[in-house]
Amino acid sequence: MDTTTAYLKKNRVFNCLECGKCTAVCPISRFNGTYSPRRFASRGIFYGSGDIGKDNLLWSCLTCKQCSLVCPANVNYSEFMRDARVEARAMGFSGNPSHSGALHYIMEMTASPDLKQQRTGWITEDLKTCKEGEILFFVGCLPYYQDFFSKDLDFSPIDIAKDSIKILNHLGIVPVVLEDERCCGHDFYWSGDLENFMKLAELNLKEFEKAGVKTIVTACPEGALTLKKLYPEQFGAVSYSVLHLSELIAENLDKFKLNEIKSRITFQDPCRLGRYLDIYEAPRKVMSAIPGAQFREMQRSGKKAVCCGTSAWTNCDSYSKQIQSWRLKEAKGVGADILVTACPKCQIHFRCANKNEENGKNIDIEIQDLVSLFASALA
Amino acid sequence: MSTKLSSITKKKTSEKKFTPRIVVFACNWCSYAGADNAGVSRIQYSPNFRIIRTMCSGRVTPGMVLKAFKLGADGVLVSGCHLGDCHYIFGNHRAIENFERTQAIIKTLGLEEGRLRLEWVSAAEGPRFGQLIDEFVGEVTKLGPSPLNNSNRRK
Ligand code: SF4
Ligand code: SF4
Ligand code: FES
Repeated sequence: MDTTTAYLKKNRVFNCLECGKCTAVCPISRFNGTYSPRRFASRGIFYGSGDIGKDNLLWSCLTCKQCSLVCPANVNYSEFMRDARVEARAMGFSGNPSHSGALHYIMEMTASPDLKQQRTGWITEDLKTCKEGEILFFVGCLPYYQDFFSKDLDFSPIDIAKDSIKILNHLGIVPVVLEDERCCGHDFYWSGDLENFMKLAELNLKEFEKAGVKTIVTACPEGALTLKKLYPEQFGAVSYSVLHLSELIAENLDKFKLNEIKSRITFQDPCRLGRYLDIYEAPRKVMSAIPGAQFREMQRSGKKAVCCGTSAWTNCDSYSKQIQSWRLKEAKGVGADILVTACPKCQIHFRCANKNEENGKNIDIEIQDLVSLFASALA
Repeated sequence: MSTKLSSITKKKTSEKKFTPRIVVFACNWCSYAGADNAGVSRIQYSPNFRIIRTMCSGRVTPGMVLKAFKLGADGVLVSGCHLGDCHYIFGNHRAIENFERTQAIIKTLGLEEGRLRLEWVSAAEGPRFGQLIDEFVGEVTKLGPSPLNNSNRRK
């Protein structure tokens, strides 16, 4: 059996009934008529990886898993795309990285064992952290996002990390923050670059072990998914458990005293937190605990939430922007003043789209991370 | 672009003494002509750099600079027209923005700030171009090989 057949089988692509439900719910297909997951599935079956590998649209799939939820044949579409990308890479294709590949180069450089990063400069004196211990706060790419995006998007991604530490300290937790934490490798995994993914994973696992970590808390859903599910998939059982910060807050809500925040808020379920990790309740609990905040649900929320439009820093195009504007308008439509999200990348993408002008006006809605919103309510 | 960059940073000889490999991005209208001027005037200066011509210094994105570092460059110099002279009016102001962003990233990555430089060289400043390269090569030599420069890794 050649590799194409093997991965089509593994992801049950041969079961496809050509019903087209996937295309009906796919956010990319909604705006880009030339992209259709149904068609990709049939092309995979009839023409193999050579045909789909050459197609640049292969890199447009957000691996958001929206389609898998409606598929009557249980096709694992996002994994199918990932496997097809591994093959496409072997043929020399790699999609169109956004920002001229800057973020990919950063991730790749952190895979070099000789690098000694300077990534903890943001830890101010009021934030208590340590170097060894049982609970680790996984910062993720935030220091690099701070360098790269803070000027253009008028916000400070690193504040998400600061607010996270503040909340942890409030619970009496002094978390480990690693001096030389590496990128988790999420984006390499989903864009089919397994070699770099494995390098990063090995470096991280070594650091976790050295610091004696038993529990990892992170404010990034992609990091949570990668550490919780993808590392064990590749390396077998791991010696730590993983929590998204929203889960930890939700479990300990009685330990916080909160000030009023008078505003109407709605929530963007990040695909990795929702459809991949099945965490829907925790963030909602956290938000409804804030006095004065009126929570309003968007129509497409929870399992049906729309992805933020770009993934793994590839193929960000006008269709991505259309998805984002559509989502921002939906948030505005339910009367929300603040669109809350629990993923730094969602926020970056939405903030970018929020600057778009349509008919001379931008959509203009406030966007905030769940962690920062909660920290701002802390009494 | 990709083949060009990787051939520049590829290991050539197994030299014992550290000779830095530097990538220079020079804008077509001023700095590249400045480098030409240095050559035409037979100015003697360090040969440890490879030059890439771009239309404008504003064209040099953080991605391009980071790629050079990823491939093992020990230093990167971005060079454009003097402020006010850019042939696309505000290109070199964009270059400053890009430079500041890239510099911040380089620092977080743990590379020394001195490995990245932004300079203005006009078409008439051949001697200055040579001097600048000498200076930069000296500085990078002092810093030693980049941790990402595999050919210089001693293990
Ligand atoms: S994973 Fe998301 S973007 Fe990809 S085909 Fe399915 S619905 Fe569309
Ligand atoms: S929803 Fe499933 S069965 Fe239907 S076309 Fe898409 S992949 Fe095939
Ligand atoms: S043309 Fe030289 S800097 Fe713009």
